[in-house]
Amino acid sequence: MLATLPLAAGAVAAALPPRPGYWGTVGAKLRRDPVTVVFALLVIAIVLSAIAAPLLSPFDPYKESVLLRLKPFGFRGHLLGTDELGRDILARILYGGRSSLLTGVVPVLIAGFIGGSLGVVAGYAGGWVGTLIMRLMDVFYAFPSVLLAVAISGAMGGGMLNGMLALTLVFIPAVCRVAETATTQVRNLDFVEAARATGAGHLMIVRHHLLGNVLAPVLVYASSLVSVSILLASGLSFLGLGVRPPTPDWGLMLSTLRQSIYVQPLVCAVPGIAIFVTSICFNLVSDGLRSAMDVRLK
Amino acid sequence: MARTVLFRLLYALPIAFGVSLVCFMLVYIAPGDPLQTVLPPDATAEQMEIVRRAYGFDKPLPVQFANWVWRAAHADFGLSVATRRPVAQEVGGALVNTLELSLFAVPLSFLLGATLGTVAGTAPAGPLGRFIDRTVTGTAVMGVSVPNYWLGLVMVILFAVEMPLLPASGMGANGSDNFTAFRWQDARYLVLPVVTLALVPVGIIARTTRAAVLEVRNQDFVTTLRAKGLGELAIVRHVLKNAAPGMLAVMGLQFGYLMGGSILVEPVFAWPGSGTLLGRAIVNRDVPVLQGAILSLALIFVGTNLVVDLLQAAIDPRVRRA
Repeated sequence: MLATLPLAAGAVAAALPPRPGYWGTVGAKLRRDPVTVVFALLVIAIVLSAIAAPLLSPFDPYKESVLLRLKPFGFRGHLLGTDELGRDILARILYGGRSSLLTGVVPVLIAGFIGGSLGVVAGYAGGWVGTLIMRLMDVFYAFPSVLLAVAISGAMGGGMLNGMLALTLVFIPAVCRVAETATTQVRNLDFVEAARATGAGHLMIVRHHLLGNVLAPVLVYASSLVSVSILLASGLSFLGLGVRPPTPDWGLMLSTLRQSIYVQPLVCAVPGIAIFVTSICFNLVSDGLRSAMDVRLK
Repeated sequence: MARTVLFRLLYALPIAFGVSLVCFMLVYIAPGDPLQTVLPPDATAEQMEIVRRAYGFDKPLPVQFANWVWRAAHADFGLSVATRRPVAQEVGGALVNTLELSLFAVPLSFLLGATLGTVAGTAPAGPLGRFIDRTVTGTAVMGVSVPNYWLGLVMVILFAVEMPLLPASGMGANGSDNFTAFRWQDARYLVLPVVTLALVPVGIIARTTRAAVLEVRNQDFVTTLRAKGLGELAIVRHVLKNAAPGMLAVMGLQFGYLMGGSILVEPVFAWPGSGTLLGRAIVNRDVPVLQGAILSLALIFVGTNLVVDLLQAAIDPRVRRA
């Protein structure tokens, strides 16, 4: 009897179609969500056009021209007009996507890693270690995010790298909170207790039993931070704290074109549309990811 | 209730301490010697030493911090490097102007957001309900995605450049000191910045209100009310009362957002508030002004959160017990 049992179980398993697993389910859900698919494709298109800027761009983004200053849409092949130094705006928007996307994604990745690790440690260790980490995070959480970003990058003297560092510091406490909450929720569940009873060490428990449960909420939250990061990074450039001229950057373009709203009002609004659209796309993809990863929703 | 108040106050104290410490440290994360901003580049070592002692930079860090906090508590942040005026005076004037914006922007965005959210949350099922639902969700996504400084710029382009209805920037001929929102010649300068600040959180507030209303609407007591024969409007009143604590929490957060948001929006309108002041301090590398403005804004944010917490505990006994 005992000898036939595994065989029977194997036969049943073979008769059933293979189960897709968690990530398979998430992928299937995402594919069935038309809004998310469309905006995910848009995100990919934006990223590709920033990478392929030299191929797509009709003009040199640094080429200045006294004669072509502040020309309207479509003037002599300048589809989106020219800026205050006569540079082609379409070219600068394509190239500007590079710094804007970079400053949007890199701080979130770093903060996701550091904040996530700190949160897992705080949640798993608990006690005074957890309290210490979380109270420290509370201090940074007490600043409105724009204020903290401006404070840190302002004191450090601006620049793209300092701006990214400031944004990373702004996001760490937020990610840490999410990871800590997820960890404490799982930490005392029966299966963790069972693992501990069978002699699993801390590293083993964290790696095999906690990370899988913490990863999804942290990933969803981090994805929602990308658009925040793009907005904040462009905001820092707008204040003169981010990318330095003449590097093309959406926030910086908006900041310099601002002086010319009485000459070419519509042209001056264009770089903002790039920020707006990119941020909408990332937000909607993140929303889709959130509902796909929520196992309670069918 | 007294215990709750005491507990929350005790919790806010270390936060305020930490916030001050971060602001104090801003001088030290600035590249180079903090003295370089005050001294000419050809100052001798002897002169540097004198100034270092005058500023208290020769003392150990904890002592410097204690001194700084002591002076900050007496509203003394030193002199602005750029204007040589007391920082407290500059920050104070700017804060008043920022609060003036928030005073109008906060109620406006709440009125709009809460109305939209309640309508969406109580809308009947069917095509109309779905349409309202989509509108609210769409507004919320646009609100969190829009760069507020760009929205301000678009406002200026639309209503000051293309259609010259409202002034594009500044506070008007009466200046910051004689400004009063009750005179139209002054108040029209408020319109564009207030609307810009208020529009961004409308979607988020609407979405939260809708979720809160929907959650309460599905509870048993609403069925009981309906079974008792209460009218729909009276039911909405009961539902709103129960959804209020959650909405209050969002209000607090959004107030903080508005304080932070005005940093980027004010420069667009050359509104002489804390945002414009910060922008100028950054350009001038004016660290005392930076410290003073950031500490004041952050402490106002901490204070607002405290007040919201206490209000929540006051109107909702469930929060008090937690």
